[in-house]
Amino acid sequence: MSVEIYTPRAFHRQAHDALGNPQIRSNFRRAMDGLMTKRRDVFSDWDLETLRDLGANIRLRALAKLPDLLEQLETNCEANGIRVHWAEDGEEACRIVRELCESHGAKAVIKGKSMVSEEMHLNAHLEEAGIEALESDLGEYLVQLNDQTPSHIIMPAIHLNTDEISDIMHEKTGIERTRDVDTMTAAARTQLRERFMNADVGVSGVNFAVAETGTLCLVENEGNGRMTTTVPPVHIAVTGIEKVVEHLRDVPPLYALLTRSATGQHVTTYFNMISSPRKPGEHDGPKEVHLVLVDNGRSNIYQDNELLDTLRCIRCGACMNHCPVYTRVGGHSYGTTYPGPIGSILMPHMLGLEETKDLPTASSLCGACGEVCPVKIPIPDLLVRLRREAVGEGRGNVPGAGVKRTKKEAAAWKSWQWLATHPSAWRTSLLMAGKLRGLTPTRFGPWTQYRTALKPAKQSLHALVKSHRRDRDGEDNS
Amino acid sequence: MSARENILKRLRERTDGPLTAPLSDFGVVSGRGWSAEERIERFERLITSVHGEVVHTTHGAWTTSLADVLMAKNIQRLALGREHPVAAEARAGLVEGEVTLIDADRDVEEWQQEQFASTDAGLTSTRGGIAETGSLWLWPTPDEPRLISLVPPIHIAVLDADTLEDTFFDVVEAHGWAGGMPTNALLISGPSKTADIEQTLAYGVHGPRELVVLVRHTEEPS
Repeated sequence: MSVEIYTPRAFHRQAHDALGNPQIRSNFRRAMDGLMTKRRDVFSDWDLETLRDLGANIRLRALAKLPDLLEQLETNCEANGIRVHWAEDGEEACRIVRELCESHGAKAVIKGKSMVSEEMHLNAHLEEAGIEALESDLGEYLVQLNDQTPSHIIMPAIHLNTDEISDIMHEKTGIERTRDVDTMTAAARTQLRERFMNADVGVSGVNFAVAETGTLCLVENEGNGRMTTTVPPVHIAVTGIEKVVEHLRDVPPLYALLTRSATGQHVTTYFNMISSPRKPGEHDGPKEVHLVLVDNGRSNIYQDNELLDTLRCIRCGACMNHCPVYTRVGGHSYGTTYPGPIGSILMPHMLGLEETKDLPTASSLCGACGEVCPVKIPIPDLLVRLRREAVGEGRGNVPGAGVKRTKKEAAAWKSWQWLATHPSAWRTSLLMAGKLRGLTPTRFGPWTQYRTALKPAKQSLHALVKSHRRDRDGEDNS
Repeated sequence: MSARENILKRLRERTDGPLTAPLSDFGVVSGRGWSAEERIERFERLITSVHGEVVHTTHGAWTTSLADVLMAKNIQRLALGREHPVAAEARAGLVEGEVTLIDADRDVEEWQQEQFASTDAGLTSTRGGIAETGSLWLWPTPDEPRLISLVPPIHIAVLDADTLEDTFFDVVEAHGWAGGMPTNALLISGPSKTADIEQTLAYGVHGPRELVVLVRHTEEPS
């Protein structure tokens, strides 16, 4: 199996290659169809709109009070014995995690699923420092064995089918070749149990951080998250600063929305709420717990009333499951940590529009993402906003704003605007367009790749109606 | 300035000015008005739909039901606490020799290998259950530590039928969770599972392969 490095700059080529890969096409199609059906069924006995309103409202309230809640979270975590660290970007967050590992002489880190750690490129950073970071979520484990990155934020190995996974397990772990999912799962269980016992540090993400009680909530099905946060002597949780919620009672509605939107489950197997390290007299759990709060562009998004909505996200992945573009090109084509619609509105802030200028256009604006979003993020509006920013027609507060602006295109639209607001010039040019239609080019870049070129009619509709009326009136008068 | 100060400063000095926080109405996630029978029926339906097993028993006869489960699943080494009435009654009711009882109220460092490699099942009490999602809620204690519901391949949980409530929200509110959270609070809704290999469901990936819930009723179930 060939392993490729994907970048957002090469989106068009990567998407083109993925579209021509029948394996990728069918793997994603089948998975996304199943997920959409399951989500629809699991919400069938709910007042979904009221629940989504509540979810959006809880996230908006948390964002409205964000600086206060972060301080409250810090105070309560510290009071519970959880050490809190702050990082302005991924690099600083990596350094904090590495230094914590080094201070314990750690050589082996076991990881629970964490997209923020992917965003930070933590594994590569730790490995450079001679610390092995092993993923323990089955999907992440398979993707890591195959030297890849996740292609979906909830189901990291969704791009691989059973035969491909069978090859990876055989070639990378030495087990006998099998297509039996239970056998492969049992093999991974055995391989990883040893690693849990021998790990010096466990690194996890956080789904919700509760300011009121200083509690870290983790959502999972496998139990690797509980293992990661209970077995090793040190637990380090990394999270974006937007993951905080105000009250504990804010958690049940968001959890209800998250599991149902993500995988169509009523509930996940485990909901793990951690409020402190092992207390005196307790017999298991880590002796130290650390929380790393990562900004990495989020406080910049926070400045703008429209862009702010990006930060409501609870990372369920429903937008990608329902996206006709994502389903066809797959997660890797985007070349970013977060793919699909949420990635297209988030990654430009993290990487700049120079790198990601094609992502906001990777959408037909069909609106499905906004319709299924459990916290009602107006994703299509944000895609349009970023398109405007990319051509320098926005507020200019997104990194790389204006990168797609060309003099030719700007002049063309400017002339169009002038013509459309000057009736006599408009009529003259319309007349000319009809007369000179023979000179219309037959190729219009990407437009004519799959379509015939547009050609002005000999006469405008207005002129046709006029001459039709004239003929009719003439007949009436005779 | 530190990262902390920089981040908080940017958030406080927001370009578009301060935001107004909306009020929240939690009605949609609260009380469903189910009867005790409806709660049990729903709990059982949901937890069995994700491979959990439910055994109905009574307060008087539950240790016999436990012995039956141990026998049926060929469980020879059972980890359990000592002080909680569930653990104490189990210790009194089970016949030594048929099953080896392993003390769970010890520092994990003393028996990690034993727990991971040669413990067949863990027995725990639960604080209650949630009908809406088919969930158990546990606050592990020194007597019944966090890992005995996770590491052994079978988890046997004891649930009193009258502790079932409608929703997670109701549990959080009724039991005043926000007033004092334990080191670890858990919802458990079935055995460990994954669908990471081509959406095919497999149980027991990292945690227990089987979850057996002994539901204790006050009277003989009819």
